[in-house]
Amino acid sequence: MRYSGFRVLAEGLRGNRGWTRAWRDPAPKDRYDTIIIGGGGHGLSTAYYLARNHGITDVAVLEKGYLGGGNVGRNTTIVRANYFLPGNSEFYSHSLKLWEGLEAELNYNVMHSQRGLINLFHSDSQRDAFVRRGNAMAAQGDDAILLDREGVRQLLPYLDFDNARFPIHGGLFHPRGGTARHDAVAWGYARAADRRGVDLIQNCEVTGIDIEGGRVVGVQTTRGAIRARRVGIVVAGRSSQVAAMAGLRLPIESHVLQAFVTEGLKPVIHHVISFGMGHFYISQSDKGGLVFGGDLDFYASYAARGNLPMVEHVMEAGMTLMPMIGRARVLRSWGGIMDMSPDGSPIIDRTPIEGLYLNCGWNYGGFKAVPASGWCMAHLMATGQPHEVAARYRLDRFATGRGLMDEEGTGAQHSLH
Amino acid sequence: MRVTCPWCGERDRREFTVQGDETALRRPHRDAPPEDWHAYIHLRDNPAGRLREMWYHDPCGTWIVVERDTVTHAVHGTTPAREAAR
Repeated sequence: MRYSGFRVLAEGLRGNRGWTRAWRDPAPKDRYDTIIIGGGGHGLSTAYYLARNHGITDVAVLEKGYLGGGNVGRNTTIVRANYFLPGNSEFYSHSLKLWEGLEAELNYNVMHSQRGLINLFHSDSQRDAFVRRGNAMAAQGDDAILLDREGVRQLLPYLDFDNARFPIHGGLFHPRGGTARHDAVAWGYARAADRRGVDLIQNCEVTGIDIEGGRVVGVQTTRGAIRARRVGIVVAGRSSQVAAMAGLRLPIESHVLQAFVTEGLKPVIHHVISFGMGHFYISQSDKGGLVFGGDLDFYASYAARGNLPMVEHVMEAGMTLMPMIGRARVLRSWGGIMDMSPDGSPIIDRTPIEGLYLNCGWNYGGFKAVPASGWCMAHLMATGQPHEVAARYRLDRFATGRGLMDEEGTGAQHSLH
Repeated sequence: MRVTCPWCGERDRREFTVQGDETALRRPHRDAPPEDWHAYIHLRDNPAGRLREMWYHDPCGTWIVVERDTVTHAVHGTTPAREAAR
């Protein structure tokens, strides 16, 4: 069924009795050409682009829970391409371009809203760093506008510009940045992949990876053994456990990152605002809730919930930036399990096992990467060669020390990101 | 989450800085091959379950090995790092 405004109208007039399910619920076959482990944003987009770009439709996505039940539904929905380093810059640029055509591509309303993102700075030296970042973004072909204090004030008059510790000196404005409806991204890719013949298999946990003679031959699951020629591990925070089934030890630590939403309010925040010095960022959802988050809790965790000290820290940062937020009431909070890599950049690469591919290390930035991650993972799995915009996301960069991409400039070690 | 410092007793999580996996106690010899250093610096078991990790108690300046469950956040025991390293 093709979705359209006309269809919504017609179904509305007919009592909405004509809608059919968005994707099938097939039983797993004994054998597929390609298996993707993980039915989140990245896994679903990988399956979709395998079918769309490479004509590989004999694909199963194996999901231990339900589609989109992990990090793709546990983030703060921000989409941007404001990276600095070669390797990251072209990748996220490619991703943003895919976002811009995503709704027509998937025939699904992902509510992509390019409302503009503003990164605030608070000192001369920070401004200089942002000028350099903005130039790198412009050189990549993306958009960046340096705002002075008055420029920020025109867009965001409600901020506390004269805070004693972090007075606002200006901001780097990225007009094409924005947000999207996170669940819809998973559902849109799921539906589009299913329509191209991909089997989406839920409640199917992978319990083992079968390897013969250094080559992957299939997986063991809670719904039986499945043979496959190619297997992709796309499981974010659970990467270490799944890779261990293939005897691999990864440069990944899983940490919890918390986020929060207030009760619905009338439109008040019209952009995405990033207050890096306070580890705080905020936007307003189309439903009206203020969606905001902070930094990691900084201990390893699979709990998908955090502790109160970071809650307090985030609330303090919010009050520092925009005192008016104190009048809003927090509705709920949640945590996502971040697959943290030592340098803060992801991995899309082959593994030492033939036919086994790895997609992980998304740190706190996986949501905006969903389209390009799937695009590049599909390219790698279909052709055996890395896609040109993801060629630097090598697994071996940690062992060799060559090509580390430490975007934050804090050092390529686990405890520093 | 509250953590018991071996010297100061049970304290608030905010008094501690977490450094991560206790691998820091297994520093390779200076002449060890690069693979050992790679494993030491980058590779992690990253278990979903019990993990031994390095915590620093800021007020008293003690490094502590904390055994903690990464799924439940329950703390199962703490040892001064000096003893754990023996």
